[in-house]
Amino acid sequence: MTGSVAIGPTDTKARATPLAMNKAVPRPRVNGRAIVMGLYLLFLMLPIYWLVNMSLKTNAEITSGLTLWPQDLTFDNYRTIFTDESWYSGYINSLTYVLINTVLSISFALPAAYAFSRYRFLGDKHLFFWLLTNRMAPPAVFALPFFNLYSAVGLFDTPWAVALAHCLFNVPLAVWILEGFMSGVPREIDETAAIDGYSFPRFFVKIFMPLIASGIGVAAFFCFMFSWVELLLARTLTSVNAKPIAATMTRTVSAAGMDWGLLAAAGVLTIVPGALVIWFVRNYIAKGFALGRV
Amino acid sequence: MTKTVNNRAWFFVLPVFAIVAFSAILPLMTVVNYSVQDTFGNNQFFWNGIGWFQDLLDPSSQLGERFFDSLWRTLLFSAIILMIEVPLGIAVALAMPREGWTVALCLVLMALPLLIPWNVVGTIWQVFARGDIGLLGWVVNRLGIDYNYTGDPLDAWITIIVMDVWHWTSLVALLCYAGLKSIPDAYYQAARIDGASRWAVFRTIQLPKMRRVLLIAVLLRFMDSFMIYTEPFVLTGGGPGNATTFLSIDLVKLALGQFDLGKAAAMSLVYNLIILAICWVFYTIMTNVDAQRGRVEA
Repeated sequence: MTGSVAIGPTDTKARATPLAMNKAVPRPRVNGRAIVMGLYLLFLMLPIYWLVNMSLKTNAEITSGLTLWPQDLTFDNYRTIFTDESWYSGYINSLTYVLINTVLSISFALPAAYAFSRYRFLGDKHLFFWLLTNRMAPPAVFALPFFNLYSAVGLFDTPWAVALAHCLFNVPLAVWILEGFMSGVPREIDETAAIDGYSFPRFFVKIFMPLIASGIGVAAFFCFMFSWVELLLARTLTSVNAKPIAATMTRTVSAAGMDWGLLAAAGVLTIVPGALVIWFVRNYIAKGFALGRV
Repeated sequence: MTKTVNNRAWFFVLPVFAIVAFSAILPLMTVVNYSVQDTFGNNQFFWNGIGWFQDLLDPSSQLGERFFDSLWRTLLFSAIILMIEVPLGIAVALAMPREGWTVALCLVLMALPLLIPWNVVGTIWQVFARGDIGLLGWVVNRLGIDYNYTGDPLDAWITIIVMDVWHWTSLVALLCYAGLKSIPDAYYQAARIDGASRWAVFRTIQLPKMRRVLLIAVLLRFMDSFMIYTEPFVLTGGGPGNATTFLSIDLVKLALGQFDLGKAAAMSLVYNLIILAICWVFYTIMTNVDAQRGRVEA
């Protein structure tokens, strides 16, 4: 289905030259672009299709042979997840720390990004690189010390531990993205507002933030994304009360033997929040991926 | 844009500095602390000086051999990933439709793999590539190719690489697409008047305009592929044997599996320094490109 969607009169040249085409013998034009795009999307969607397909089958059907669509359609796998607390609390835990992290990262990063985009100060370049290096540090390095640290301060197994730990890579990223967007706003606006008698906090909230609203949206999207997909730290810093869904998935399944259908259904449900978020920011995705620097 | 010098800007940066330092400097000091000590369990630690580092950097010792094996494996993986994903990403970005509702649809579908939790990515491919219940494994086996990613090292590598291409090519493509979108139409019109070929347009207009975003793409892809952990861990668990034990998998095995804190900490530090050095090179190139562009436009 996805293959056919991308094919269409998208090439502006093809649309602009209908007369030239009528003169010659009408020959089916091969649209190379649509083919590349179609094949790529097909490649992306196949594994996801297979996951959805499996989530709607019974285990007997999955193990008995290969079927391209569920012969014996069942929603039992989803019903299990929505009724069993050990399952759905995983989703609530994950969403909790992701949201805390996003709010924390953005509110801390906003003033810092402003400072980086407007002023030069002692050690600014070094500080910026140091921040970025934390985005580059492998979480595997930090897993064990984090465990010690958060146990020591009594945050272990709370959403706050995971949210704070994820700040390590999300805050630098948010600063980087927001700095890019803020540098696109001319300085004259700051100066004019000051002359008009705006105090700095009022200027920042009333005038400046609306101007970079899309940047804030993009930064929030990235924080959401990286916090949602990360598992190593989230799993290390939680045991029972704040266990993320992705960890619930691996443990429960291996304990109960391989319940493929349930595993697939849980997998599908972890894709849903991401898909929703993408839909809301689809018009900013391209710019955001360039971190505001295009 | 010229910036004014104002050291009070530090007050704005202070909260970020504090929150990142809490999560970065304190744990880092713990790692440094462990790296110079040896432990026999029971929370008893003994001073070991730079012994672990000597072992680690000496390929003839047991620890050093293991470290260098994982390091080459990881570097090879990063190199292969970059060689596949960057050209493919550019091709996909060039193939994006120009306008209409298909643009949004393509963007959303392309971004989808990026927002799947990493262990679910591993699970998806674990299932998809299985010979008995997975579509890919089943089809490949039916074609008469003997394929089994849990038994054969080469198959395991291919599966992990295809998985990573599936997972991350969209990031490169979206970045390149953002770069392409910023090219004014006038450039293409001028090229058409000059009678430039498709290839010439790509070489002289599109590629230079994408250079900046490509650098970001290469930087992000290098960092993330060099510290890949979750996906191969779920898919192969580092096996068969040690064939897909990348540095971070090895590190976690050492630290949490064997509880060899001293060795693991020393390894963490060296690993971190390697990443730091490579990223510093990328970062310097990037800021230089920035500065050049600033001069040209000013």
